[in-house]
Amino acid sequence: MTNSDWTPDQPLVSIKDVHKSFGDLEVLKGVTLDVRQGEVICIIGPSGSGKSTLIRCVNALNTIDSGSIKVEGIEVNDPALDKLELRKNVGMVFQQYNLFPHKTALENVMMAPIKVLKQSVEEAEERARVLIKRVNLVGKENSYPGELSGGQQQRVAIARSLAMNPDVMLFDEVTAALDPETVNEVLLAIKDLAQDGMTCILVTHEMGFAREVADHIYFTDRGVIVEHGPPSTFFTEATDPRTQEFLSQIL
Amino acid sequence: MKSISKSGKASRDRFNATDLAVLKPFKYNQAGQVQDLQFSHWLAEFSPRSLLIIALLFLLWPGLAMAQSNYSFAQALDALWRWLPFIVTKGFLLNLIVSFLTMFIGTIAGVLLGLGQVSPLRPLARLSWLITQLFRNSPWLVLLFIVMLALPFEIEIGGEIYPIPDWLKAVFGLALPIMANISEIVRGAIVSVPTGQWEAAESLAYSRQQTLWMVILPQCFKRMIPPWMNWYAILTMATPLISLLGVEEIITLSRQAMEAEDNHPELLVPFFGFALIIFFAYCYPIARLTIRLEKRFVVRQ
Repeated sequence: MTNSDWTPDQPLVSIKDVHKSFGDLEVLKGVTLDVRQGEVICIIGPSGSGKSTLIRCVNALNTIDSGSIKVEGIEVNDPALDKLELRKNVGMVFQQYNLFPHKTALENVMMAPIKVLKQSVEEAEERARVLIKRVNLVGKENSYPGELSGGQQQRVAIARSLAMNPDVMLFDEVTAALDPETVNEVLLAIKDLAQDGMTCILVTHEMGFAREVADHIYFTDRGVIVEHGPPSTFFTEATDPRTQEFLSQIL
Repeated sequence: MKSISKSGKASRDRFNATDLAVLKPFKYNQAGQVQDLQFSHWLAEFSPRSLLIIALLFLLWPGLAMAQSNYSFAQALDALWRWLPFIVTKGFLLNLIVSFLTMFIGTIAGVLLGLGQVSPLRPLARLSWLITQLFRNSPWLVLLFIVMLALPFEIEIGGEIYPIPDWLKAVFGLALPIMANISEIVRGAIVSVPTGQWEAAESLAYSRQQTLWMVILPQCFKRMIPPWMNWYAILTMATPLISLLGVEEIITLSRQAMEAEDNHPELLVPFFGFALIIFFAYCYPIARLTIRLEKRFVVRQ
């Protein structure tokens, strides 16, 4: 479901001058960015800069104090928002995977389409198997999350979000809790997604990945976007001193 | 428990607001034991050998009284033996039946109350919290008195008059504190499920009801079982309270039996000692099973 005024040539996700405070602490101080359909956006920055908060506002996990977030023309900062409809179009993958421990991998992926989209069990199961194959986890369908490694769990989490057929996928530091060997397998799955044309917004520290896959990189610090640009210029021609300092620390 | 990563749901922030809380089902005290299962721990810690020693000591003491009276300890034991079937089948069995029914009613009511405590509807949550705290902190005997004296002894439904037996009233009376404690167990278990589970389910467009029933509660079930069993053991130990309100259970019948045997003081230890032993023999295996389940279901954070 989208707003009838929205057309694919307009940005899929449009964030305008968003402010968000937790009590007295102002975490987002006027953030503006646009994401077009099919784009891969990476948001980088030091911890506390508000990037996780920002991404969580897009699917209404956090409410914003002022400003506007539009997903396919639907205003998120609207008290009358139908959150369930919004979240059918926006998928999210978390740093802590958050798989349902009492269900197998296949069931994790199948559950939402059956319960929320009201698909039949056969249809959901077939699609789930396709998605599990896509993230390279054939053979692990009947394993419980406790039996899977971190990287495998994260890939199940990606498959689970994809099962809802979202128009945009949000990734909140999804590789931060993984050890270096398994980071790669998850990044490969995301790269595969991106190359298939999925609109992705990633909060990440993986600069190599950002350089390779992203269409646009945003650097946030202390609640504002300091600088942004395509990877071809961002890493080499950063002008703001804060950006340069951050890049020098991590590259 | 303030964390920025919590979603902005005010109702969830209030889950931690009870000051007599079971925040997680398994809180550990200094000795490394689970705090809410202290009764089960205490009971289960008796080794079978120590029980034997205690039993022997019990038998030694009356032996001293033997020399001082005409009525011997052997006669007292004989009296006990004769009255045993009566006391067990008409007495202890009623205690057990009361404990089963009370646990059944109390669990259902407690689960509903616990769910009420975590409801996003503020008045319902507030009311549920009040009821829980009220019945958790009232002496069970006082509640028994109030319920048993307030409930009518017969009710009329559709022209027919149905008597309400006193043991049934006792069930309702005991079900109140049980309901409150189960409510706390449920609330504590729900709160102990990581918020990431709520967030993941909500991100998949689950409604709050769907999240609760399909994701959260199944995870709560296992971790609620040991505290639940713990309360059952406590409840069973509390059923003799109903004798104070005239219900004919093991203690009442023991006293009647002793009355029939002329009330010799030498009868006291065997008869009440037997009541002690039979309750212990019933609750001890339950306590040990509880501890075993606790180890199996320990929550890995």
